[in-house]
Amino acid sequence: MASVALTNLDPASRAAARGWSDLTIRNLFIIPTLVFLIVFNIFPLIYSLGYSFTNFAANRAEPWQFVGLQNYRELLSDDHIWSNFVITAKYVIVSVAGQMVVGFGLALLLNRSFPMKGLITTLLLLPMMMSAAVVGLFWQLLYSPSWGPINYVFGLGDFAWLSNPDSALYAVAITDIWMWSPFVMLLSLAGLSAVPQHLYEAAAIDRAGWWYTFTRITLPLVSPILLIALIFRTMEAFKTFDIAYTMTTQPTAELIAIRLYKQAFQQWDTGKSCALAYIVLIMVLAITNLYVKYLNKVKER
Amino acid sequence: MAAVRTSSEVAFNRIAIAAVLVATLIFLAPIYWIASTAFKPKELAVSVPPTVLFEPEVTPFVRLFTKRVQMQKAVDPQVYEAAPWWEKRIYDGGERVLKVGKDVQLSQYPDRFMNSLIVAVISTVLAVGMGTFTAYGFSRFKIAGEADLLFFILSTRMLPPVVVAIPMFLMYRMVGLNDSHIGLIILYVAFNLSFSVWLMKGFMDEIPKEYEEAALVDGYTRMQAFFKIVLPEAATGIAATAVFCFITAWNEYAFALIMTNRRAQTAPPFIPSQIGSGLPDWTTIAAGTFLFLLPVAIFTFLLRNHLLRGVTFGAIRK
Repeated sequence: MASVALTNLDPASRAAARGWSDLTIRNLFIIPTLVFLIVFNIFPLIYSLGYSFTNFAANRAEPWQFVGLQNYRELLSDDHIWSNFVITAKYVIVSVAGQMVVGFGLALLLNRSFPMKGLITTLLLLPMMMSAAVVGLFWQLLYSPSWGPINYVFGLGDFAWLSNPDSALYAVAITDIWMWSPFVMLLSLAGLSAVPQHLYEAAAIDRAGWWYTFTRITLPLVSPILLIALIFRTMEAFKTFDIAYTMTTQPTAELIAIRLYKQAFQQWDTGKSCALAYIVLIMVLAITNLYVKYLNKVKER
Repeated sequence: MAAVRTSSEVAFNRIAIAAVLVATLIFLAPIYWIASTAFKPKELAVSVPPTVLFEPEVTPFVRLFTKRVQMQKAVDPQVYEAAPWWEKRIYDGGERVLKVGKDVQLSQYPDRFMNSLIVAVISTVLAVGMGTFTAYGFSRFKIAGEADLLFFILSTRMLPPVVVAIPMFLMYRMVGLNDSHIGLIILYVAFNLSFSVWLMKGFMDEIPKEYEEAALVDGYTRMQAFFKIVLPEAATGIAATAVFCFITAWNEYAFALIMTNRRAQTAPPFIPSQIGSGLPDWTTIAAGTFLFLLPVAIFTFLLRNHLLRGVTFGAIRK
């Protein structure tokens, strides 16, 4: 009788009768990851939230004191910090706009068949796979005022890209555009190849012009994926540290992440840097939220 | 219907392809510059006008791997004759290789490169291993608040490294994990785990549930079905995820800069630290950069069909 009952169960339950139950397996597979992430990502953030209300300095032995919201008050009324945020905003706008234009432009050009298309596409994607810190460092040579190939090719004489306060930030942004336009290109190509071909054929029958076809068919259908690329790059650009840190020491190119690093690990103003980290964190999480929302939207299609 | 192509369309197509080729050359120029500088004689690295074509040599790599000092006076001709070819290159540059007895002193580069390799490989194995199990769990079982949990997992990836590094630095200092391989490995696993879960979930979702159900009917336990049916089906996905995690760990800079300074320092913070003061030797830096970038370039070609998936955390496929 028992064996009859067993065969009536669905396959999963019968397997469960033999080995571990699905519930056990589910917990075994998922819980360690969640615990790991909580211990090494969430707990540290709670820890630093605590320190953000103190005057703790990690390089001094003297005991810290609870200072309440003073760190946050000081940060939000500090002109220096505000200027770091303004610099970061400029950087995000210039580099992300550049990446969107160059990346989408490249995708439009690539969106046709020609020999060695696969190879050329992969070659174009190389920059984004490389270490920003190491490649950024090497751009110092490319930008060099005395022997840099960039100044030579464009006939710019001895223009000091990275040590000129007015140009340093934009020089870093150009390198970032070089690195990350391929990312926008990759996503755009996926979007473009998903546009149904019959729409273009119908437009051709109607003798629609190039511009009309582009603005009425291509753009609306590709825009969800472009939006994903835009939000993701905005979030990454906002967090930029490596590339700017290894390329220039100009205060005019001091992004908020660099400011945070200096405050924490050069000035050892630990309590205050924890507070600044929280301000940055909240902004990043806001963008992340937006990103995941749109990612899920595109995924459902 | 095959659209009849007008002559203007054909012309436009040709212009577009020409533009693609020009863009490709522009995008590859900086990479060519790194690769070529790594094989240039020292004086050609900073020549005016910049040198594009030249006779390549490997002296920068000899300098990269050895410890050297400036020679005070010219080398003894007999010593020079007896030296191996690579040592002659160093003498030619007015330097001498440091030795203890007969042993050539290696520079720090091989150590730093090995550190990068150790940390990247171990953290990748752990992140992909845990991620594969967790992805299977999310793909096959009903989980309360699944979307929220997945968002939580992804959000840990988005945390700015410097923000996480401040408390981690303090905690590592307490337990003595600063400047240790384990410390860096933990951070990289934490960083890559969310990525690995998301990407692997995409791959797992593509494996038909019917495969395991058939195995369960045949008398497999759920665990046997997972190891014998699901894992082999997911092999490509696991490989692609592993390569992505490896590249991320290999390239990582901020954590390595903050958490390591000597013993466990990886190549990304080490290479910029070679610049020092005075006139940098760009050929040696380029040689180090070239060797460091080479594995990533090779992996990019191996990964080319999975890049889109990878950069969108598995959300967008081809």
